Order: sequence, then structure tokens, then C-alpha cells
Amino acid sequence: MVVLAGRSRYPGLCRRGVIGKARTVGQFVAVAAVVGLFVLFGWKLVFGDGSGASGQLTSGDSPVAPDFTLPRIDAKGGNLTFASLRGKPVVVNFWASWCIPCKDEAPALQKTYETYRSQGLVVLGVDAKDFRQDGKRFMRRYGITYPVVADGRGSTLGKWGVAGFPETFFVNRQGHLVGSVIQGGVDLGRNRERYAEGIRLALGSPK
Amino acid sequence: MRFLVVAVAALLLAPGATAGGRPVQADLEAEIVCLTCKTTLDQSNAPIAIRMKAYIRDRIAAGDSAAAIKAQLVDQFGPGVLAEPPKTGFDLLAWALPLGALAVGVVVVGALAWTWSRRGDDEPEASGGVLDPDLERRLDDELDRFED
Repeated sequence: MVVLAGRSRYPGLCRRGVIGKARTVGQFVAVAAVVGLFVLFGWKLVFGDGSGASGQLTSGDSPVAPDFTLPRIDAKGGNLTFASLRGKPVVVNFWASWCIPCKDEAPALQKTYETYRSQGLVVLGVDAKDFRQDGKRFMRRYGITYPVVADGRGSTLGKWGVAGFPETFFVNRQGHLVGSVIQGGVDLGRNRERYAEGIRLALGSPK
Repeated sequence: MRFLVVAVAALLLAPGATAGGRPVQADLEAEIVCLTCKTTLDQSNAPIAIRMKAYIRDRIAAGDSAAAIKAQLVDQFGPGVLAEPPKTGFDLLAWALPLGALAVGVVVVGALAWTWSRRGDDEPEASGGVLDPDLERRLDDELDRFED
């Protein structure tokens, strides 16, 4: 019995005030921690990345494509800042050399680049979560000549809302995402129509 | 307090399981995280995990040290590829904060215990003013019953 520990004939009871204070402080800290967690949760909901640009696009918005600066693994080398492509329609393809559908769609993307290059369209590959040397080998093997940047850390994936590989986005000349996100190979039958539509919207051609 | 200092020093200076001699594939696989599944390599068969295991095997065969292999992987994929955060720079906080919190807890509990024991010594025997008379009376009754 704790009671036996104090008070007049049991002297420790006079400690009750201190224990009460400690308990109050403890309760305050616990409540503050819970409130803090709720505030963080709310902040994340309101201001967090959520599903990134992909989520905004899916919900009907046409957000500005998230910017990044990454090292190029194509022949040109150096760094590429996405914002430097403003004014050009861009097909942004997230891939990795270990991803099987990425291999299947590579020829289709290269063909797109060759077909629409004269109209200013840029196909930009983002080789994410991959060894740079593997990415370079992949490019050689599949004859890829469009610009490719390496994002080993996957730092762009959250902002763009990339859920898996491959994933393809379309950006118009104003730098806004248009069309729909293509999940899976662009060469797949279920994606072909949306792929063509995305290119059309990025180029700004009348439907 | 001395114990805490020793514990922190031990953590900071502890060599990796593979440091010193030739790196062991299994040890490195337990210290590196698969990029897509976020488990250590030894628990993953994801395509990138298989590729990373092969990379580690190649680098061991090439004579690289464990530290060098980890450094190469961090260069490619960032510090998040390490199962344990590095014990340097900002990442040191991940190690220091829990120990710091423990130290603060020990200090707080010690201080409280010391305060309580001192109060107990300092308080006069008759500390009737702490409890209101009604509660005092009820408590006396309860204690009397308890002692009976």
C-alpha cells in the first residue's frame, strides 16, 4: 500500500503534493505529445506530397511538372535541370534497367523521340533506383538516344507520384502535366490510345 | 552518467562486422537495404535486390573492402541504402537522440527521487496541512482498519 509510505504518523504522505505535480506534468506531456502528433498528421494531410503530381493530375488538375536537377547518363553528360526544357513538350518516362516492361517499351519511346523530335518534343528518361552503369548499358542495348538522367536515390519519385516502373507523364510547352499518367509499358494495347493522346496534348495539337 | 558516456563511445567506435578482414557477403547483405522493398538484401528477392547482391559479390571478388562497397552504394543510392544510419554528421543524431533521451530520463528520475527523499526528511512529522481535515480523518479510519 502506497498510503503506508507517509503522512503525519506515516511521514511519506506529505510527498503526495510532489507526486501529484509530477503526475500532472506527465499528463500534460502525454497530452501535448498526442496533440503534436495530430497536428503533424493534419499538416501532412493538408500540405504533404500525398500522391504527388500524379495524384493532382488524376484528380483533374494540370499541375506544374515538379522540377529537378539530375546527372545525365547519356552521351552529352553533365546535369539536366527539368525547368530548362520549358517551352518544349516533354514525355517523361521513369524506368529502371531491372524492370522487364521497361525493356519492352524502350523501342516505342525511342520511336516517339525520332518521330516527334522535329516538332520540338523531348523524350526524357529518368533512370531511378538503378546502377548508373546498368542504365548506360540499357541505353546502348536498346539504342536509346534521347536524354536520360540518373536518379539512384529516387528523389523525384515522391514529387511526381511515381508508384512503379515504368511510368510515363506528358508535359506541355507551359510546363504543365497533361493527359493521363501511363502506368506500365506505353507499348501495351491498353495504353496505346492514352499514350497517343498524351503526346497530342503535350504538343498542343488540336484533337 | 559514466556508463552513458562509455555506451556512447562504444557505439561510436564499434567496428562493423566486416571491418578489418575480407568482407563477408552475408554480413553486407544484412547491412544494405533493398531500394524497392525497404528490407535488407538478405530478406529480399526483388530484382534490384538480386542486382545489388550481385554487385556486392563482384566488388568483394575485386578486393574492395566492406567500407568501400558501402561507400559505392551510398554514392549511387544515397545514405538511405544503409540499414543503419552512419555514425557521422547529421545522421549521428539517430544514435545520439535515444541515448540523450535516456540520459535525460535518468537525470529527471534521479532528481525527482532526490527531491522526494529530501522532502521526506525535511517535512515535519505533523504535516496535517497537506491534506484537508475531512480526508485526513477518512484516511486515519482507513489506516486504522487496515492495521486491525
